[in-house]
Amino acid sequence: MLIESLTPLLVSAIGAAIPLLFAALGELIAEKAGVLNLGLEGTMLMGALSSFLAVAEGSSLFLALLIGVAVSVLFTLLFAFVTISLQANQVATGLSLTILGVGLSAVIGKTYVGFSAAKSFAPAPIPILKDIPLLGPSLFSLDYVAYFCLFSVIAIAWFLTKSKAGLALRSVGESPSVARSLGLPVTKIRYLAVLFGGGFAGLAGVYYALAQFKVWQDGLTSGNGWIALALVVFGTWRPFKVALGALLFGSVTVLGLYFQLVDIKVSAFVLASFPYVTTILVLVYLSMDKETIRRHAPAWLGKPFFDDR
Amino acid sequence: MIKLQLKPRTEPNQRMQVYAPLIAIALTLLSGLLLFQLLGENPFIAYKAFFFDPISDINGISELLLKASPLCLIALGLTICYRANIWNIGAEGQMYIGGIFATGIAIHYTETLGHWTLIVMILASALGGAIWASITALCRAQLNTNEILVSLMLTYVADLTIKFLVYGPWKDPMGNNFPITISFADEALFTPLAFLGWSFWDGTRVNTSIFITLFFIPLVWIYNEKLFAGFKNLVVGIAPGAAKYVGFNEKKIIWIVLVFSGLIAGIAGATEVAGPIGQLNDKWTPGYGFTAIIVATLGRLKVSGVVLASLLMALLYLGGESVQVTMQLPKSVSQVFQGFLLLYLLACDVLINYEIVILKKIGAKYVN
Repeated sequence: MLIESLTPLLVSAIGAAIPLLFAALGELIAEKAGVLNLGLEGTMLMGALSSFLAVAEGSSLFLALLIGVAVSVLFTLLFAFVTISLQANQVATGLSLTILGVGLSAVIGKTYVGFSAAKSFAPAPIPILKDIPLLGPSLFSLDYVAYFCLFSVIAIAWFLTKSKAGLALRSVGESPSVARSLGLPVTKIRYLAVLFGGGFAGLAGVYYALAQFKVWQDGLTSGNGWIALALVVFGTWRPFKVALGALLFGSVTVLGLYFQLVDIKVSAFVLASFPYVTTILVLVYLSMDKETIRRHAPAWLGKPFFDDR
Repeated sequence: MIKLQLKPRTEPNQRMQVYAPLIAIALTLLSGLLLFQLLGENPFIAYKAFFFDPISDINGISELLLKASPLCLIALGLTICYRANIWNIGAEGQMYIGGIFATGIAIHYTETLGHWTLIVMILASALGGAIWASITALCRAQLNTNEILVSLMLTYVADLTIKFLVYGPWKDPMGNNFPITISFADEALFTPLAFLGWSFWDGTRVNTSIFITLFFIPLVWIYNEKLFAGFKNLVVGIAPGAAKYVGFNEKKIIWIVLVFSGLIAGIAGATEVAGPIGQLNDKWTPGYGFTAIIVATLGRLKVSGVVLASLLMALLYLGGESVQVTMQLPKSVSQVFQGFLLLYLLACDVLINYEIVILKKIGAKYVN
């Protein structure tokens, strides 16, 4: 009985967690290279809109996904160029990217508001595993994009801790001048990390447009780009903890569903504020542990680095 | 083959301080041209509708001031914050709470307070904004939590609080179920300048709330440029190590700058609900709190710059409304302009602190 009532909750919690996880993993890589990109929300919307338009124009789902990612990477290139090459303030530039993305997606998507996506990602249950109670319907009956997301948690964790390239990336985020003196191409690494983050934000947007909501609305991502940013801090820059955080936030988002199940009457607006309030509380709780933050946060986060070569 | 490289200047270039924003504006206009072209509109007709038609008569000027005033007000508060390197990006939420506090007074206490209603509303809105910002201050100063995320999350909460109120307890019973409060009585509204015997403004909406902005402009200028407290902000922002060394109380400064910017954003909320809107509803602001971030940045955190930038941003809002009416283009066009402008401005700032050197490839090496 308990499992039966928990199953739909876990299914929707994981569904809500996937796009958050995509965006947060991408941001984690960018931040590990020392670049704080506050443009996630705008980038996600650009990715969401372009993939939505792609399927509306008859492209396949896979092509639409690639288009969404490509547009997001190009969009993030603006941010990368202005902050890395032109040394601009990362906070303000990220904000400008979000404002631009929210505006552009609203202008271009105007005629599509309320339209349903022409195609969407369908669940692809894994044989045998899908029959496990609770985990089967929730974790092993996802679509391919979601499986890729879960796989990237492991891949990114491996990359950061076990690979040489990951070490190079982390050293750039800790001290670019030391990395530079070791002969690492600091500027190139920063660019790649930021663009990777943009691509993953794009995947998050695609997931919102073609897997979760399947309908176009202004500001489809409703602030989740910002929650993804908070998730990186929440996970103290570690992929598995970020994944855990995403699941927690996914659960908070579907809390409304739970309240309906057990017949608790709470205003929809109060419910809608839970993810935001939770974010604040969790951030405050984590900040008290200064030692963990100090140990895992990239030391050079948010600061420009002038590469004179 | 040639290659461009940046070379740091020994000191910021004074001329570029002026040219950089102009170049940014030019680039923004150029991008807008492309955007209109993409949307299938004649860009020159669109530009005329966007930048000239809205301010071609006295009513347009009045609307411009009506929008520039809250933008300027909020941005003034933000200059104080950003000078101390405290990134309050939740002014929008602080403004919401200010609007809520003012509305609470207007719909519950107008009869009791009579002619004092408006004054009490302004004070209440200041209190509301300050309380909302002090949550961020508490998190940042006392608990060492990132102020960017906290202030932004609080904006979403403030937005939902308004929705909760106007869909619930404060909903006008005679409002055909629309999410709006009752319309405020005259005692709870700013008087239009036209009613003060100023025939010049006849038929326009600009009101006395503009004097609040005019009051804060010199006040913030004195604080930023003349007072030691303003200087301390700057030191904490630019050189936190030095500030600590000379014993400036960083926590206290964080509290002051956040509470002040929240207070002033709260008042902007009152000038809106008791001004052109005259009630509280769920979509009453076109994002003044976020646009003010651009105003503060564009104005280079200087009061004079903020005044000019707020007029420019107000024009972008009016332009967006104008092309919506005359050309059926979405209003969000103004947001696109805002985004481009801020992005280009940040990009062009490189010219102030760096020189661009052109290197030519001779043999295998690049030389000057």
